[in-house]
Amino acid sequence: MGIKVYGLTKTTNVARVLISLEEVGADYEVVPVDFATGEHKSQSHLTRNPFGQVPAFQDDNDVMLFESRAISRYILRKYKSDLLREDDIKEAALVDVWVDVEYGQYNAPASAICYNVIVKPMHGEEVDQQVVDTNLEKLKKVLEVYEARLSQYKYLAGDFISFADLSHVPCTYYLMLTQYKSVFDSYPHVKAWWEAIMARPSIKKVFDIMSA
Amino acid sequence: MAGVKIYGKPISTCTARVLLCLEEVGAEYQLVSINMPSGEHKGPAHLARNPFGQIPALEDGDLVLFESRAISKYVLRKYKESGTDLLKEGNLAESAMVEVWLEAESQQYNPAISPIVWQSLIVPKMYGGTPDQAIIDSSLEKLKKVLEVYEARLSKSKYLAGNFFSLADLSHFPFTRYLMITPYASVFESYPHVKAWWEDITSRPAFKKVSAGMLDS
Repeated sequence: MGIKVYGLTKTTNVARVLISLEEVGADYEVVPVDFATGEHKSQSHLTRNPFGQVPAFQDDNDVMLFESRAISRYILRKYKSDLLREDDIKEAALVDVWVDVEYGQYNAPASAICYNVIVKPMHGEEVDQQVVDTNLEKLKKVLEVYEARLSQYKYLAGDFISFADLSHVPCTYYLMLTQYKSVFDSYPHVKAWWEAIMARPSIKKVFDIMSA
Repeated sequence: MAGVKIYGKPISTCTARVLLCLEEVGAEYQLVSINMPSGEHKGPAHLARNPFGQIPALEDGDLVLFESRAISKYVLRKYKESGTDLLKEGNLAESAMVEVWLEAESQQYNPAISPIVWQSLIVPKMYGGTPDQAIIDSSLEKLKKVLEVYEARLSKSKYLAGNFFSLADLSHFPFTRYLMITPYASVFESYPHVKAWWEDITSRPAFKKVSAGMLDS
């Protein structure tokens, strides 16, 4: 049967899983889920993801998972990727720290900006500039911390790239398509970090998939 | 093995998450109190440990960590020789299920329950403020939807990740513990398997010990 990822490749959380799959070079199939017809709330999808969200994930031996960061960790462990650093307890812990920072600090303001500036206009809705501005200020505070961190280390968890860095990719990809990409200009180490990540072949491939 | 240092407060939910792990594995540790009301968490000494100025933080030799779920995993891995295995990292499928339900706690359960606790308990008690009932009500509706999913899961599985207690279950403790001293505790009555799961996990000695250091009203 092989690996199946359920969802649309443009969705940030789906793209996060694709990044791990491309990094380990696994074969996989993407099975689209049609939100317009409510497929994400259908019985068959709810069996795969009881919260009615994407992605959902299947692998041989009855492995059925949801939550993109959990799915990513499964893939990286299964293929013994170095992106989790699980051979070194301290490095693995630092990876975990910055994955949690991505979700807990970075993701909320970055995705609020992207939602207002990209998704709402697509649905003919007005941009809430106050929400954008508030979240921009929050994002800048987060980027100050990142700038300090990335001035000390090449990547977030240390001088090695990890899942923590790559977990930032989907949301940042969209942020960089907006006028707010310029906010990164004030944080030169963060900008250099992003450019290093973008140069990875797996990331270029996922960008192609997302923009298709 | 030398003990770890935890910077935080026993009444704090995220500190309690970490203390639970330390108690479960029977580790020695030192809890260093951070004075939140005086803003110690935003001072330079603590910012050097946690650049976002939050608690808890962990120091173990030259290793400094923050984010309670990351610290929890480190503690559980460091002390896995204790015989308490709450991560199942020796088994690919089981560890994946632990990660799934730990993410569910962080991304589905926590955003629904924490505003209720924050508004009904922390705002009046710590800040002398008035609870925002609109936030409580909308969060309660979200929590019920989450509890429906948990009820279905726990009807099929003794614990969240499978028939074994794990970090996924443990991670739910701190905020749920506080929900239970608000007027909204009764929401669990409609979800009998969730209620039974809660009673089971709170009967563990580690839970009783950490609970004793938390607020009672």
